[in-house]
Amino acid sequence: MSRIKIDVPFKNESEITSLNAGDQVSIWGTIYTARDAAHKRMVEHLEAGKELPFDIKNQVIYYVGPTPAKPGAVVGSAGPTTSTRMDKYTPTLLDLGLKGMIGKGYRNQDVVDSIKVNKAVYFGAVGGSAALISRAIKKVEMVAFEDLGTEAIRKIEIEDFPAVVINDIEGNDWYKMAVEEYCK
Amino acid sequence: MKEVHYQDIVNSVASMCQDANYELGEDVMNAFKNAAKQEVSFMGKEVLNQLIENANIASSDRVPMCQDTGVSVFIVELGQDCHIVGGSLYDAINEGVRNGYEEGYLRYSIVDDPIHRKNTGDNTPSVVHIELVPGDDLVIHMSAKGGGAENMSRLQMLKPSDGLEGIKNFILETVQIAGPNACPPLVVGVGIGGNFEICAYLAKKSLFRPVGERSDQQHVAKLEEEIMNDVNKLGIGPQGMGGSTTALDVKVELAPTHIAALPVAVNLNCHASRHKKAIL
Ligand code: SF4
Repeated sequence: MSRIKIDVPFKNESEITSLNAGDQVSIWGTIYTARDAAHKRMVEHLEAGKELPFDIKNQVIYYVGPTPAKPGAVVGSAGPTTSTRMDKYTPTLLDLGLKGMIGKGYRNQDVVDSIKVNKAVYFGAVGGSAALISRAIKKVEMVAFEDLGTEAIRKIEIEDFPAVVINDIEGNDWYKMAVEEYCK
Repeated sequence: MKEVHYQDIVNSVASMCQDANYELGEDVMNAFKNAAKQEVSFMGKEVLNQLIENANIASSDRVPMCQDTGVSVFIVELGQDCHIVGGSLYDAINEGVRNGYEEGYLRYSIVDDPIHRKNTGDNTPSVVHIELVPGDDLVIHMSAKGGGAENMSRLQMLKPSDGLEGIKNFILETVQIAGPNACPPLVVGVGIGGNFEICAYLAKKSLFRPVGERSDQQHVAKLEEEIMNDVNKLGIGPQGMGGSTTALDVKVELAPTHIAALPVAVNLNCHASRHKKAIL
């Protein structure tokens, strides 16, 4: 099965609306990393009336806390973390124009609904496949919250990042569809 | 009385931390390969092949197979005729973790306080269980336990009348709730009996057994196989992409319990089932 090539940040809505749960994709372009602590802080900033550390419109966030890079390497191992821990903060970010997320595991109903309303997409990557995925990361730049260490926000350039569409704009959930198909 | 030196423990722990994270055990690799042959779903097969490739990259480049390099959990069998010289066993283990994680470019994943949540910056303290055993050896079992699967683990105090059926239902329900979050294919560790804390410990301890090895108690081995069969009918598949490989293995450990009790604990391990052993 061939993978659908996706360029990010997104430029047109049709690039998102054409995606269906279960599509295998290859993602190219620039994305941001953030996980638990960075999400908490971003939302605290918003509540305090401050701006986010980067323009979130049309962007994709990758839920990851990489291992430290070895000397000479661009990045350490960098597979997805469990997305549901970010659910509490996600609708706020989607309302501000975030268009894509990469992680692993289920999203809660609020997020699934917000993905639908905001015409966004949630991609699942293979958890634990961190050494392989790190080869798709070509450049890393610190953006904000450096004190959070592995949890800091970084801007990363990716080429041929393998993922699967889990939640699409129709409210479909590939994890649920897959289980239904194979459950005996 | 045999003497084991502090520094030898430090060094041995440091290299175990690195090896566990870089080199997937042969037991798990073989289980991946068998599963890839048998998996019925196309995407499930793709995930398994990706995991095999990932493990190969990790061991050839000496980089962690997963970015969550885990809580370092130790089960130490301390021979009662073994004398540790030069410092405390706990300090030696933590120093080994500190060195291993720093020198090995492994991630620091421990916060000092569950409410304030400040990273300790060296992956300590580790979790150390010590069992006093006959003899004069010091045997250290190490595991790097990721957060994703640990978070989906559960314990329930069942009633004796719930019986085997209740036990099985609780295990299946746990795997089902975990779904893709725990990074299947899983190793499902089950503790049955004991009391509240013994039961949880048994489930954890069972995960230190090699994947593919059955219990030496016949009725437990049978139970492991039955549960494995049922789990693999759930359809979750590798990484939740659907399929027949939801678990690589199921491990069950039993302990005597109270006449009124039937505790069951399910400690899930993801496919990055990283464990090493050293004898000093
Ligand atoms: S659950 Fe295991 S494989 Fe998945 S991200 Fe965590 S440590 Fe890695």
